[in-house]
Amino acid sequence: MYIVGELINTSRKSVGKAVLAEDITAVQQLAKDQAKAGASYIDVNAGTFVGREPAYLKWLVQTVQEAVDLPCALDSPDPEAIEAAMELHRGIPMINSISLEKSRYENLIPIVRNSEFKVVALCMSDKGMPETLDDRMKIADELINKLMQNGVKIENIFVDPLVQPLSVDNSFGMEFINTVETIHENFKGIHTVCGLSNISYGLPNRKFLNQTFIAMAISKGLDGAIMNPLDTKMMANIIAAETLAGRDPYCMNYLKSHRAGIFNV
Amino acid sequence: MKTDEILNKIIESVLDQNEDAVDKSVEAALAADIDPMVIINDGLTVSLKKVGDLFAEEILFLPELIYCGEITTNVMKKIESRLKSESDVTKKGMVLIATVQGDVHDIGKNLVTLLTGASGYEVVDMGKDVKATKILDKINEIEPDIVMLSSLLSTTMPAQKDTIQTIVEAGIRDKVKIMVGGAPVTRAWAEEIGADGYAEDASAAVIEADRIMGFE
Repeated sequence: MYIVGELINTSRKSVGKAVLAEDITAVQQLAKDQAKAGASYIDVNAGTFVGREPAYLKWLVQTVQEAVDLPCALDSPDPEAIEAAMELHRGIPMINSISLEKSRYENLIPIVRNSEFKVVALCMSDKGMPETLDDRMKIADELINKLMQNGVKIENIFVDPLVQPLSVDNSFGMEFINTVETIHENFKGIHTVCGLSNISYGLPNRKFLNQTFIAMAISKGLDGAIMNPLDTKMMANIIAAETLAGRDPYCMNYLKSHRAGIFNV
Repeated sequence: MKTDEILNKIIESVLDQNEDAVDKSVEAALAADIDPMVIINDGLTVSLKKVGDLFAEEILFLPELIYCGEITTNVMKKIESRLKSESDVTKKGMVLIATVQGDVHDIGKNLVTLLTGASGYEVVDMGKDVKATKILDKINEIEPDIVMLSSLLSTTMPAQKDTIQTIVEAGIRDKVKIMVGGAPVTRAWAEEIGADGYAEDASAAVIEADRIMGFE
């Protein structure tokens, strides 16, 4: 499972303050905590600094990678911000995210063209947000093909089928999960990823829904999540779900996690 | 039954989320010759305000808010169709609503449409990703009392400002009231871009619209 740690985002008040104050210790602590909890990528987002995003994103990458030996997920639609961040990024970053929205697509395709970058391909177009399996697959097909025609390898593509809130329409959970399944059936070697907490928007006890939902999605092939890795119950759930989905040979990761006390939550 | 009892029954039925009971109590109200405007204002609108308050207190949740909105919208349509032959129902005012250009999010906007419509406003919904010039054309065409502009992204908030600017440049700024909303939008932003109103959520939007229209 690819875990993209989402906590370093300037739209979170405490992070916005820390970044504005160039509080290196605070940012690095967040990076270290997420790395320790099992993150595979540290997402960095400086989107609230309109006009100054390139400088801040670059600073975030530098600060994070001084503290942890992990690649970043560069969370921006702005090619200048990504290029600035790339100047000192070590390793292969994840670009979060390209979509079929015209301006976002045209801005980011030159960056990912013929690269080894991991690319989050968000199922969204100028026609709006997809609601059904068909809506999502239409966008996914076109976007995946375009990325591959531009020299992005299939194993570097992480399709995000876009989670929509269940509170608005009770079909949104299964439409998402069925899309995950169809994408993995149609595109061997591809990855899927999602920011899953949107599923429980507008409902109480969101953690229960989030934890159950991710287990359901993992059973259909979901292998990436943009999430808070410090949520120990969620992390334990993910490990158990992957084992149950048959993706953990000899239950080794499950047993290793058991011995590490991961399930004492 | 007395008027008050029937109206209370309507309110109770909406809060119970019991569509059949809402239908029946509204039928009873019409049969008892209660003025349809009284049914709407003192029955349905009061129900929705209560639902909005309970939602704000996290006693009711989003699907329940949506369902209550749908129940009242449906029954409102029935009342209106009854009245077509007689005098038309007087609307509180006309609202033009849209998600601004570049933004395709419409869950919040649809909720505002539902609740303002169910509270007695005539609402014209232009959908999402709507250009400022199109909004201007529509204002000229239908002359709404309030224009509501929604934006869910910090990157599309400037389109709210641009839309207001377009309305100013067309010289009709004093003809309409403008409200802005959406998750990243704040009262400070609303003031900065010269909007007349701001609301944090859908039920607050109804209250704000009432304030602007002088129905407090």
